[in-house]
This record gives sequence, C-alpha cells and structure tokens, in this order.
Amino acid sequence: MDLDLSDDQVALRDGIASMLAARVPIERVREGFDRALFDELAAAGVFSLRADGFSWADCAVVVEQLGRFCVPGPLVTSLLFGDGRIAGAVMDRPPIWVEHVDALDVLLVAGRGDLEAVDPATLVAERSPWPLDPCTPVARVDTLPRGKPAGVDTAQFEAAGIALTAAFQLGLADRLTELAVDYAKERVQFDRPIGGFQAIKHLLADMLTRTEVARAAVYSAGAALDEMVVNEAGTPASIARLARGAKVMAGDAAIANGKVATQVFGGMGFTWEVDVHLYLKRAWVLDTQFESSDRNAAAVCIAAGEPNRS
Amino acid sequence: MELRYSDADESFRAELHAWLEVELPALAPPPPRDAWSERRKWDTDWQRRLFDAGYAGLHWPKEYGGRGASPTEQLIFYEETARARAPYVGVNFVGTLHAGPTLIEEGTDEQKAAHLPKILCGDEVWCQGFSEPGAGSDLASLRTHADRDGDDYVLNGQKIWCSFGQIADVGEFLVRTDPEAPKHRGISWLILPMDLPGIEVRPLKTVLGSSEFAEVFLTDVRVPVANRVGDENDGWRVTNVTLKYERGTAFVSELVDSIRLCEDLARGEIVDLDHGNIRAELGRSIADFDALWALTKRNVSQATRGTSGAGAMVMKLAYSEARQRFGDLCLKALGRDALHVDDNEYVEERLRTLALTIAAGASQIQRNIIGERILGLPREPR
Repeated sequence: MDLDLSDDQVALRDGIASMLAARVPIERVREGFDRALFDELAAAGVFSLRADGFSWADCAVVVEQLGRFCVPGPLVTSLLFGDGRIAGAVMDRPPIWVEHVDALDVLLVAGRGDLEAVDPATLVAERSPWPLDPCTPVARVDTLPRGKPAGVDTAQFEAAGIALTAAFQLGLADRLTELAVDYAKERVQFDRPIGGFQAIKHLLADMLTRTEVARAAVYSAGAALDEMVVNEAGTPASIARLARGAKVMAGDAAIANGKVATQVFGGMGFTWEVDVHLYLKRAWVLDTQFESSDRNAAAVCIAAGEPNRS
Repeated sequence: MELRYSDADESFRAELHAWLEVELPALAPPPPRDAWSERRKWDTDWQRRLFDAGYAGLHWPKEYGGRGASPTEQLIFYEETARARAPYVGVNFVGTLHAGPTLIEEGTDEQKAAHLPKILCGDEVWCQGFSEPGAGSDLASLRTHADRDGDDYVLNGQKIWCSFGQIADVGEFLVRTDPEAPKHRGISWLILPMDLPGIEVRPLKTVLGSSEFAEVFLTDVRVPVANRVGDENDGWRVTNVTLKYERGTAFVSELVDSIRLCEDLARGEIVDLDHGNIRAELGRSIADFDALWALTKRNVSQATRGTSGAGAMVMKLAYSEARQRFGDLCLKALGRDALHVDDNEYVEERLRTLALTIAAGASQIQRNIIGERILGLPREPR
C-alpha cells in the first residue's frame, strides 16, 4: 500500500511540468488549442503514455500537470483514444455541445452502448461566437450521426476518463491555490499583506485543504484503475465509486477554488487580464464532462448502497 | 502508487482478524455512557486482552513493551478493529496515545518503570489536564500554577475538558512554574496522582446529556518535584514530543465507522433517497470519506518514508468538516425521525460531531496553522 508518488513518478511529474513551463505558458493557453500544440504534447509522449507502458496512476500524475498549466484541448480523450489522432468525446444526450469541433480528427459518442466513432466533418454544428471558456470553443449539434464502433473498451474509457478528468481538475485546484496565495502575500491593504488577515488566510487554507483531499482521491482512483480489483477486505471500493468520487472531490475543489481565487484577487479577479477566470471557466467546462459532480455524487451513493461488500 | 498491501501486511491483518473472531463474541455488551466505573472496567479489560495478545502499545518501541508496529500495521489494526466493532481505545486513550509516548521520550527511568507497564496492561488510567476555562485555543496562557516548596510543588488552579477525569488514576498536567517568563517558556509537565488531597473532580454534562468530560479543581495540591517530566519550564516542548508518534492513523476508526453509517443509509432502507437532493448529498459525504480514507493512506505512506506532507496538516480540518456535513445530512434525511436520539446513531452523530471542529485545535486555529506553516502567510500574534 503506497499512495505517495514513487521516485519515477516524481521525475515524470517534474519532467512534464518543466516541458509545459517552457512550451505552454499562459499566453499560449490564451491562444487556444491547435494541431501544433497537440503535436508538441504528442512529441513529449502525453498521448502515448498507455502505449509506452505507463500506468493509470502515472497518467493521473501527468494530467494533473496539464491541469496546473490549464492546457486547452481534448487532452484526456485523445490520451484515452491513444491512436495519435485528436479525439473528442460527447454524450448523446441533449443539449449536445461539441468542444474543439474544428480541431478534431474523430468524435467519440457515448451513451449508445459501446462508444461510436463519428467523423467530425459530417456534423452539422453551429459554432458559438462566445464560449464560456475562451480556450474551449463549442458548437451546438442537434442530431449526432451514427458512427462506427470505436474499438475501445467503453467501460474502461469511461472509468479512466472520469479519473483523468478529475486529475486535470486537481491540477486546476492546485494552481488556483498557488495563484491566490502568491497574490495574498503581495497585495497590501490597510498597510498589511491581505494574506495576514484571517478572513483571507482561512479562505486560502480551505483552498489547500480541498486540494490535498482531492489529490488523495485522484491518486487512489488512479491506483484502483491499475489494480482493477480493489482488494481491501470489506471496503466496497468499486472503481466506479472511487473514480466518480474523485471527480466529485476534484471538480468541486476546482470550482470552489476558482471562485475563492477570484474573490482574493478582488476587482482584478473580475478582469480578463488576470488569469484566474481561465482556470475557473475550465473547471466549469470539465464539470460537464464525464457527468457533473451532482450526477457523479448520486452514482457514488448508488454504488455504495450495492450489497457488494466482501 | 498501489492500494494493494504487501504479503507481510496481509498476514498481520489475517492474524488480527482471526484473533478478533475469537475474542469479540465473548465480550459483554458495552456499559451505558455515564456508568464510568463500568466503562473503565470494560475498556481496561479490553486493554488487558490486547496486552495478552501482543497488540498493546502497538506503536510503542519494543524496548518499552510495545509492538513497534509500522505505520501501515497501525492503519490495519485500527481499520480491522473498527470494522469488527471491537472496543475503541476508550479510557486508555490518554495513557496509550499521549502520556505513555511522552514518558518514553522524556521520562526518567523511574517514571518509565512506574507507569509504562501499567498503562500497557490496562492497570493504570490517565487523564489530561491541559485546557483551562481561560486557556482554550490559547493553551499557553494557562494559569494553574505550581509553586515550589522544598521537594514539592503546590498546585492551585482549575482545569476543564478533562476526559476520563472521573475515573483516572493519574493525570498529565500542564502547570505554570514561572509566571514571569514568556508564556510558552514558563510551563512544566507533571505526573499528577488523582487521589492526592486537594483535587476535586466534577463531571461536566455535554450536549449529549452525558458526562464525557470533567472539570478538575486544584487547591493546595502537593506533588513531589520528582513527578515533573522534562526540565522545569520546558513543558511546552515536552507536550509536543508525542507529535513524532503521529503516523496519520488518528482518524482511521472513526472513518471506518462513518463509511459504515453512510453505506447503511445508501441502501435506502432507513431514509428516502429520492427525497430532495438526498442521494447526491449522501454521495458527496461518501466521496468525502472515501477521499479522507485515501488521504489517510497517503499520510501513512509518507510516514513510512519518514516524510510528512501538507496532507497530514489538513486531515483534522477536512475530517471534522466532513463529519459535520454528514451530520447535517443525517438530520435532513431523517426528518421528524430525528426528533429522538435513543439508540439512533444518526442523530447522535449530529450531536457528537458538534465537538469535532472545536476539540483538539478548533478549525479556526487549524486554518491559521495551515495558512502560516504550509502556505507561508504572515503569522498571527501569539
């Protein structure tokens, strides 16, 4: 039993973080996702982690860093599809909004039994001129065409998609804490750094607390995916329960931290110029992927109530 | 990262499990909450069984009669005993988890010999006399004073929130030995036999309607100077040495219990999960507790490596808040069924958890500590 990062995972984390710091600064994030960005991430091995023998826990460590850098794009689904193409995913349940439609090579459609692969060129899509997240273009689709079998394990795609999206949300929550803390140390009002006031200090402590709790949940879900069978005596820790629970914790942490960071930045937090809104808006986007926190929480409850305890 | 336990850890678990299966059926039902002498007997009888089986002082070094168990073994021990509904540490709490480790680190050979064996086998029950009516979150401002008179200290003052004060043999007491020194530097740590003349213990009734705590009044109590642990005026440091015995397992038993309560509710037989948003709210509580269970494992993993991360510092705050959210949900889900406590664990849960954000470091103090020690924010006045 070990839920701390191994030495290899620390190296993996630090490696991807330094690559992202060099290649995807926040100015690049603001430009949005394109094939050049995809190719650079692909060259770093982000989308071939599974084929290269990395564990799901390793993937979570990498995706957490993608979240910390707020990297735009259909990253988790491309990693999961893993054939070198840019893969998006959408649930066949109205209202249907497809993200990054113009950048996609393939669109995976969920909610029809096994995943189907649809050619994005065949979609009739109405592009939004003002997406919620400026880094996540969205287009409205009335009817999704039938596709071909995607040839992936649907249950695993879903479980891993939930867990890795949670890892991205964890990265957002973590970075938002850092942004707010750094600002609270610099910003002086009433002749003191505002981080010295308990009213602010306690908000920041709660940000860190939410993040650390979510981190444990995400790593635990990653490890559970690798082991496929959670074998603790009597703990009904099905993978679905752990993965969805992790997304509830990380998703709620990302949104809460985004709101608190906005508050800590004061008026500047409401400006386009300060980066905080980019993280918060992404957190809102991700809450609609692989089901919302509310739906996942209800699913956790249902999983916990099943008489599957050993 | 892996959730799977090593073969050695699994065999520790299996051995413990087998022992519990033999021991527990023979156990009498627990006594009522306010029947303190029966509670003492029940808890110390269990401690004796643990001692005979080699599970007493699980985390104490072997040279002091402990088992020298690894952090993961401690996790497994608390998990399995809670799952089997075995007695919790009860009245042995202060002795085995706080006073004992303090004596191991700071006591003289005589002090160790006089107390450690008795604590281990359940012959000696300890209480804690730290908090005072005027010294809660600001514990170091305590005013109970010990004035030197020959080979004795003479104690006067008042302590509060003294768990097990009614039935304890001995207390660990923090007293002021230098009123002139800065407040953290004038405190000493004393072993106080609770039968000394001048000690009056009054039970303190809590919102649960029972006496979980006591107030202790000290009037001209004479204690030998030889009962001091550590140097005079060094008591603040002495009381913090037990931190190195903290392996991240403090909330394991309660987490196991909380998850059980959640799962029982999640089956939908006790409450209507379709009412309002109860199903999702309960799912959030389960996600909370599963995450805290994962955080416990993460903290234990770090303790095993001899490191300690932010997770250990946020655990108490996150756990107590999660328990209170669950307590709120219990009342909401039960509706008017919540109007009686009796043997309803869920109503009791709501009442009991009111204390969690106050005891052992209020949530506001936890946030100060997290903000300053981890995030590096400006310090509060002390």
